[in-house]
Amino acid sequence: MAGPMIEAHALTKRFGSFVAVDGIDFAIEPGEAFGFLGPNGAGKTSTMRMIGCVSPRSGGELSVLGLDPAHDGPQIRARLGVVPQEDNLDTELTVWDNLMIYGRYFDLPRREIRERAAELLEFVQLSDRRDSRVDPLSGGMKRRLTIARSLINRPEVLLLDEPTTGLDPQARHLLWDRLYQLKRSGVTLVLTTHYMDEAEQLCDRLVIMDNARIVAEGSPRQLIADNVTREVVEVRLGIDADTAAEVAALKQYGDRIEALADRVLVYTDDGDATAGAVTSDGIGAVSVLVRRASLEDVFLILTGRSLED
Amino acid sequence: MTATLRILPFLRWGHRPWRLVERNVLAYRRVWYIFLSGFAEPLFFLLSIGIGVGKLVGDLDVGGHLVPYRTFVAPGLLAIAAMNGSLLDTTFNFFFKMKYTHTYDGVLAAPLTPRDVATGEITWALLRGTIYSAAFLVTMLLFGDLRSWWSVLALPGAVLIGYGFAGVGLAATTYMRSFVDFDYVNMAMIPLFLFSATFFPLARYDAGLQTVIRLTPLYQGVVLERSLVIGDLNWTLLLHAAYLLAMGLIGLRVASRRIGLLLQP
Repeated sequence: MAGPMIEAHALTKRFGSFVAVDGIDFAIEPGEAFGFLGPNGAGKTSTMRMIGCVSPRSGGELSVLGLDPAHDGPQIRARLGVVPQEDNLDTELTVWDNLMIYGRYFDLPRREIRERAAELLEFVQLSDRRDSRVDPLSGGMKRRLTIARSLINRPEVLLLDEPTTGLDPQARHLLWDRLYQLKRSGVTLVLTTHYMDEAEQLCDRLVIMDNARIVAEGSPRQLIADNVTREVVEVRLGIDADTAAEVAALKQYGDRIEALADRVLVYTDDGDATAGAVTSDGIGAVSVLVRRASLEDVFLILTGRSLED
Repeated sequence: MTATLRILPFLRWGHRPWRLVERNVLAYRRVWYIFLSGFAEPLFFLLSIGIGVGKLVGDLDVGGHLVPYRTFVAPGLLAIAAMNGSLLDTTFNFFFKMKYTHTYDGVLAAPLTPRDVATGEITWALLRGTIYSAAFLVTMLLFGDLRSWWSVLALPGAVLIGYGFAGVGLAATTYMRSFVDFDYVNMAMIPLFLFSATFFPLARYDAGLQTVIRLTPLYQGVVLERSLVIGDLNWTLLLHAAYLLAMGLIGLRVASRRIGLLLQP
């Protein structure tokens, strides 16, 4: 198919007078991993649900796989895989039956579903739990089963809404690994996350959302290069320091500074030199740390707020 | 053909709702014993009220046919069983899957639509109800309570009763907020169960109450089944059938729209 897999123009979602998505534009190309990064309530899930054809748009244009979700919902959904924010596995069925019936929802013949289900359980490392019911599975296992289920129809686009929220680090890494493999096999990935490390790890390109709008777009590296200095010096002040005065004093050291509740971030292109200068200045710093700039900094600079708020 | 299908949307089942029927078969495969309760209940009623109470009551006149009380009450019990069976699946079980296990959120992410979900659950309720009704009709046959060849229409009649109540039950359930609201379902079902000319003839009411009873939904089913089984046919039976059909059609329509509003906001 020529052109983007998914394209939105002035896409809007309203619930009554509340505007959840406020006229956003984006285009997602075949084979790319595209992310919506932003805090809770930014409009990521509403956007995903509109792409997944389970929520009608209130305005603007949206095309998914070249079709219009308002008219061709079932045809589009037949070619999508969806991993929702909250698992909605069928708790009255076993792991195996969950995959079987989901394949049937896509009208696949049983023999073919059996083959795919066995492969997919292997892929997400759940083969030994095939006859288990869903409830006793751990959070990570349920997520993996949800991913296996979303792949039963060999989707061209996989939608993942906060795929690793609530998982422990080990479960996250296993999941990331599987998503890499899918991407390599040519599946277009669209994911939302409020973890910037996840966005940096997985996404070729992403948009940052805040308050129902897109505030920036680009590859993780490009977003950092465009909006932030190369390095950041984190200065942690003592409890009884005169914060306002210290912040004012720190201003001279960086291109830009951000005062957070427990620390001050000084943006600079030469972290070590700045850290040295701050340390020798006699400011009441408890600790001074140099690190690379991240997407978190991009978000902070663009919105004035931290992602984890 | 297409024109007919447009006029009669209830015939336009399509294949997708059947996937939900398959899903329910898979789910019940592990708890098949729950399935059995549907056979037992109307049978117990027939034994207790039909035979036990029937001995005390004696014969009754139905449209000029003098029949034993058991023969009078059995088609009423058939109608009740058809109502109860379809309401169980379309109210309590449907609510559980919609609100608590979020089963339909997963279903609707696949190509199925809210209308497929509504149609699928109603189809399932009807299939289940048909099996129970057929078993009960066989029991009636063995007791000699099927007095007319028109009884062959008693099974489609039971399906129609099931369809009417399934549609209304599904639609009503989409307005429920919690399991507490199911008390309303019981509050509606118990008087229908007792007063729809099920256990005694309509003539026992005074004229005003008779009119009220004639307008209630289960009464339509009771009259339909009793007339077919006893062979007391007349054209008004078509009105009773139309009433039940309308309940089902309107219910299906409302339920489809509401499922869309609730699950695909």
